[in-house]
Amino acid sequence: MLNFLGQRILQLIPTLFFVSILIFSLQHLLPGDPALVMAGEERDPAVIEQIRQQYKLDQPIPIQYAYWVKGVLSGDLGESLRIKVPVLKLIAQKLPVTMQVASMAIVIAFLIGIPAGIISAVKKGTAWDYGANLFALWGISTPNFWLGIMLIFLFSVELGWLPASGYVPLSENWRASLASTIMPAFVLGNAIAAVLMRHTRNAMLQVLESDYVRTARAKGLSERSVILKHAMRNALTPVITLGALELGTLLSGAVLTEQIFSIPGFGKLIVDAVFNRDYAVVQGVVLTTATIYITLNLIADIAYVLVNPRLRA
Amino acid sequence: MTDAAIGTIKLNASDELESPARRALLRLFKRKGAVVGLVVIAAFVLLAVFAPLISPYEPTATSWSLVRKPPSALHWFGTDDLGRDILARIIYGARASLLAGAISVGIALSIGVPLGLLSGYRGGFIDALISRMTDAMLACPFLILAIALAAFLGPSLGNAMIAIGISATPIFVRLTRGQVMNVKVEDYVEAARAMGNPRWRIALFHILPNIMPALLVQATLSAAAAIIAEAALSFLGLGQQPPAPSWGSMLNAAQRFLTNAPWMAVWPGLAIFLVVLSFNLVGDGLRDALDPRER
Repeated sequence: MLNFLGQRILQLIPTLFFVSILIFSLQHLLPGDPALVMAGEERDPAVIEQIRQQYKLDQPIPIQYAYWVKGVLSGDLGESLRIKVPVLKLIAQKLPVTMQVASMAIVIAFLIGIPAGIISAVKKGTAWDYGANLFALWGISTPNFWLGIMLIFLFSVELGWLPASGYVPLSENWRASLASTIMPAFVLGNAIAAVLMRHTRNAMLQVLESDYVRTARAKGLSERSVILKHAMRNALTPVITLGALELGTLLSGAVLTEQIFSIPGFGKLIVDAVFNRDYAVVQGVVLTTATIYITLNLIADIAYVLVNPRLRA
Repeated sequence: MTDAAIGTIKLNASDELESPARRALLRLFKRKGAVVGLVVIAAFVLLAVFAPLISPYEPTATSWSLVRKPPSALHWFGTDDLGRDILARIIYGARASLLAGAISVGIALSIGVPLGLLSGYRGGFIDALISRMTDAMLACPFLILAIALAAFLGPSLGNAMIAIGISATPIFVRLTRGQVMNVKVEDYVEAARAMGNPRWRIALFHILPNIMPALLVQATLSAAAAIIAEAALSFLGLGQQPPAPSWGSMLNAAQRFLTNAPWMAVWPGLAIFLVVLSFNLVGDGLRDALDPRER
C-alpha cells in the first residue's frame, strides 16, 4: 500500500509540471505584445509598465516561467489587474460559494442517479429500464445553461416560487440560501445524475450475474435482501469513486450555471475575468481547478484500493 | 468463361456480406435510437447547407416594427429583440454548431491519434512524456480549458473551434494509446513485424484500422460535447460574433427577455438539445453495433 501510494504521488510531479507549463503558456497565446493586450483599451503606460514588471516580460521565457512558478509555489498567483486584489484571495472568497452549490448538486445527483441505475438494472428490459435510460440520455444531452434558463422561466417568472438570480450566504439565512441555490444545484446535479445512473446500471448488471449473487438467491434469500445487501454494496463502491471524478464536470458546469443564476462563485469569477481581460485570474482559476481535480483523483484512487481487497496487496 | 465470371461475382457478393463494416452498419440500422439520431443530424446538415434556399428571411435583417413578436404565421418561431426572424437564425445557426462539431473533432483526431499511436507503440520515454502531458491536460476540466484557451486566443468562431479541439485532444490520445497497447500484442501484429514491415507501416496499416471502431464511437460522442461547448462559448461571447447567428449567443440574448419573450429562449435551446441528443444516440448505437460481444 505504501509502495503504491509513493508511486502514485511520484507520478504527480511530472503531471503538475506539465499543468504549470500549460497554464503559463496561455499568456503567450495572446496575439501581439501581451502587455499591450492585457492593459486593455486605455493603454495607460503606467499599467503597461506594471504588467511588464509583474510578468517579467522583459526577461527570456524560461526565466519568466521560473519567476511564475516561484510565485505559484509561494502562494502568489499574481494580482487581478482590474480590482487590484491578489488572485489567491479572490479564489478563496469565491470557492466556498461554489462548494455549497456543488455539494448540493452531488447530493441531488446521488439521490436521482443511483436509485435510477439500480432500478433499471434490476428491471432490465422493462418500461422502468427504458425510462431510466431516456432520463440519462436527456441529462447528458441537455445544455445546462438552457436548462437553467428554462427553470428560471418556470419557477421564477411564471410561478414566482424561487428567486431568479442572486445568492444568499448560508450563514445569513439558510432558507433563503437554499432557495437561491436549489435551481443551480439541480441543473448541475442533473447532468451528473445521468452519468451516475449509467455507471450504476452497468455495475449492477455485472454484479447481478456474479456467482455470489446466484448463491445468495440459491440460499433462498428474498430478492430484496439479495439486491440490497449483496449486490448493491459491491456494485456501488466503484460508482462512488467514479462519482468523485465527476467533479471536473461539476466545475465546468459551474461556469455557465453561476453566470446564469448570478451566483458569485468560482465559475462566475472566470467568466468575469475573461470579460475584463483579467488574465492572471483566468490562469489562477484554471490552476486551482486542475489542482483540486488532481487531488481528488488521487483520493479516489487510494479509496478504490482501500475498499478493494484484491488490489491491497 | 461465364461460369467463372459468375463465380467471381458470387464470391464478391458473399465477401461484401461478411465484411465487418457492413455487419456493423446493419446492426446500427436495427437500433431505432441511432436511426432517429442519424435522420435528425442529416436534417440539420441539409438545413445548414441549403440555408439560403430554405430560410424564409435573412438571418441578420433587423426590423424595428417587428421587435419581439410571438410566433405567428409569418414568423413561425417569432422574432428577437432586434426584430430578426428566429427561424432564419436557427437555420443559419446550424452552420456554426455543426461546423464547430466537425472541425473541433477533426483537430482533436488529427493531433490525438498520431500522439496516441506513437505513445502506445513506441513505449519507453516517449510514452511516459506523452502520457504525463495528457494527464496534465485532462486535469483541467474540458470547458474551463476551452474557455481559457478561447479567452487568450481572442473571441471568434475559428478560435473557439481551435480551443475546443485542443481541449478534446487528450481523450483521443489516451483512447488511442490504450487501444494500441491492447492490439499490439495480437498475433497479426507479431506476424507483420516478423515479415519485416517497418514500424510506421505496422502502426498505420495494421494497428490503426483495428482501433478505428473505438475512435469512431469517441469521435461521435466528442462531437456532441463540442457542439455544447461551442454553444457555451458563444453564450459567453467567445465564439461566433454578432450579428452572425449562433444558437449559444441567441440564448444569451434571450435570457434578458425571459419575462416578455420566452420563445426567444425555447428554440435555440431545443435546437442544441436535438443535435446533441442525436449525436449521443448515434454514438451509443455505434458503440453497441461495433462491440464484438454483441455479434
